[in-house]
Amino acid sequence: MSDANRLSVFKTYKLYVGGKFPRSESGRVYEVTDSKGKWLANAPLSSRKDARDAVVAARKAFGGWAGATAYNRGQILYRVAEMLEGRKGQFVHEVADAEGLSRNKAAVLVEAAIDRWVWYAGWTDKIAQVTGGANPVAGPYFNLSTPEPTGVVTVLAPQDSSFLGLVSVIAPVIATGNTAVVVASERAPLPALSLGEVLATSDLPGGVVNILSGKASEMGPHLAAHQDVNAIDLTGASDDDLARELEIAAADNLKRVLRRRTEDFAESPGTDRMTAFLETKTVWHPTGSLGASGSSY
Amino acid sequence: MASAFEYAPAPESRSVVDIAPSYGLFIDGEFVDAAGGKVFKTVSPSTEEVLSEVARAGAEDVDRAVRAARKAFEKWSALPGSERAKYLFRIARIIQERSRELAVLETLDNGKPIKETRDADLPLVAAHFFYYAGWADKLDHAGHGANPRPLGVAGQVIPWNFPLLMLAWKIAPALATGNTVVLKPAETTPLSALFFADICRQAGLPKGVVNILPGYGDAGAALVEHPDVNKVAFTGSTAVGKAIARSVAGTDKKLTLELGGKGANIVFDDAPIDQAVEGIVNGIFFNQGQVCCAGSRLLVQESVQDELLDALKRRLSTLRLGDPLDKNTDIGAINSSEQLARITTLVEQGEAEGAERWSPACELPSSGYWFAPTLFTGVTQAHTIARDEIFGPVLSVLSFRTPDEAVAKANNSQYGLSAGIWTEKGSRILAVANKLRAGVVWANTFNKFDPTSPFGGYKESGFGREGGRHGLEAYLDV
Repeated sequence: MSDANRLSVFKTYKLYVGGKFPRSESGRVYEVTDSKGKWLANAPLSSRKDARDAVVAARKAFGGWAGATAYNRGQILYRVAEMLEGRKGQFVHEVADAEGLSRNKAAVLVEAAIDRWVWYAGWTDKIAQVTGGANPVAGPYFNLSTPEPTGVVTVLAPQDSSFLGLVSVIAPVIATGNTAVVVASERAPLPALSLGEVLATSDLPGGVVNILSGKASEMGPHLAAHQDVNAIDLTGASDDDLARELEIAAADNLKRVLRRRTEDFAESPGTDRMTAFLETKTVWHPTGSLGASGSSY
Repeated sequence: MASAFEYAPAPESRSVVDIAPSYGLFIDGEFVDAAGGKVFKTVSPSTEEVLSEVARAGAEDVDRAVRAARKAFEKWSALPGSERAKYLFRIARIIQERSRELAVLETLDNGKPIKETRDADLPLVAAHFFYYAGWADKLDHAGHGANPRPLGVAGQVIPWNFPLLMLAWKIAPALATGNTVVLKPAETTPLSALFFADICRQAGLPKGVVNILPGYGDAGAALVEHPDVNKVAFTGSTAVGKAIARSVAGTDKKLTLELGGKGANIVFDDAPIDQAVEGIVNGIFFNQGQVCCAGSRLLVQESVQDELLDALKRRLSTLRLGDPLDKNTDIGAINSSEQLARITTLVEQGEAEGAERWSPACELPSSGYWFAPTLFTGVTQAHTIARDEIFGPVLSVLSFRTPDEAVAKANNSQYGLSAGIWTEKGSRILAVANKLRAGVVWANTFNKFDPTSPFGGYKESGFGREGGRHGLEAYLDV
């Protein structure tokens, strides 16, 4: 029997960067409250430097993650779902607080989020066959197109859907081999910071997903202008002006931009969120017939 | 030029093409004057002869063309795909019928050798329309969902290096998917697009479905920024591509960009040297090197560098530069005096930064815009000529020792459009191809194109793909 008089232990919520759990280098925190304004925790108020550190970590992780077999990535994404299932209670609690929902309604969202990891886990080794393939060129050439991850993707996570939305924007980015720098919902960052703890125990290599709490309006411009970021998802940009400003900054190194749009994360996702951050590589090689003396190209 | 063989001139006849002294804009099925009454001259780069005077579109004309395209969109997008397909098949067939005429026209207006317009540009143009014609009634099965919808009016801005081929790459998928088009050809090469307007007329294409607006950058900017354009497709420089990306920011316009490149052509020590030399020559001297996917950086393994360079220089000495209409010509004219000045500046910079310049003995014609095939040795990655796109017949040679070094150097670029690999070892081809950050990788070949094969870049070479099933996505609301 739990003791009603026992003083509970609060959690210090920390960032998730490069597989570690640092505080913000700035030493700043901000108050996170529930939907009724009750204090929940102090979350790190990440700085530009934290964002840059996260990009470095994501870049460092990219080669290994993009080079992992699709099967291996699928195993790890599935492992994330397994870990989440075991900590479902914690996430239901956090989502209920964050979004002002009953336990039951929060549980529906958390379960949907877990199922979404499973959905994307299954995609890792199928997307190449769906989006790539042999091209029947008019000549004696082997010609094959394959999708490849675009690189480091900045993800501005949805502001409202603190967990299902969060998962719905992270999983498709990493399923295909990209690495991510995620800016969590400013108002409701706790489920995101806790997700970091799950990812850290799911065999996901450090740096594949980096989670920052703070203001999209503060970190967004730096990440959108960062020359070592290849793409940006503007889903969580708080308004049209910010989204436009970030899209303009992103043009400096021609980042791939996924624009803001209204989205119901409860609906079954298509493949768009994966293909938005995929490149297509096409390789040609002569076939020719083998002559008496060997190859003939 | 000094050559192993002397060739008698073998000029293709100009009489197959009839260029009018003046052309209008093609809006809503009619050739019309520009609203502001402005015109510009288009010249033949090989002689500086004025070929024709062409109406110059301004913002008012852009607006008129976009309105015509919008009006046409309703009916065009509602046509059964099978009907749109038949229009495109008609266009493909008419291009085939008129291909000699168009090849000569393109050579005159662009300066590239007739050998290339006849054997590469025109066959690919017809093939592209033929390919996308077949998609028009099969879009449900293209992997973009059931009943994918067109976007609306497509504003398309194309470059001068492959004028008609870039038009085909833009217009064929746009029409197949049910969009209507306003296209601006480059100011130095407007003619083949205007002849294409006539082909649309012959094919009976409904008015306003295709509108052609010859003009300069101001017309391109007005088109890209027009509020009633739903889709922007641009092929050209990375600098302009970035400006376009900024200008469509915050709108719903779908954007695809096919921009610059600095392609690495990697030759390993086990490569078949003679084939590699042919591939290197094709990679950088095809179309005078005015190709976004040119293999403008040669990365050669140290142990075969001397042997390869000797063979390459021997081969360059046999290239014939001169009259683009001569069927024996390998190297034609540079497209414009501006481009020639840009190439000259970058080459001078290459010398100033300490790289060693070499060209075969080569006599340049006295009129027109010409640049001798040039190669630089002693180039480091820090040199401007190893980093910036020259867009001319200039090859920068760098060396490497290990495959990892080759990959690192190849990927050390803001661009990521093309790359080449020359080796007899299959596993090395696949391993290196896998690590190259480039949209097109040619192994033991170079500069091959096909309408079924998606083309486009990584990084600052742009985004989106043209060609193949992938090319449909750029014009569908998916």
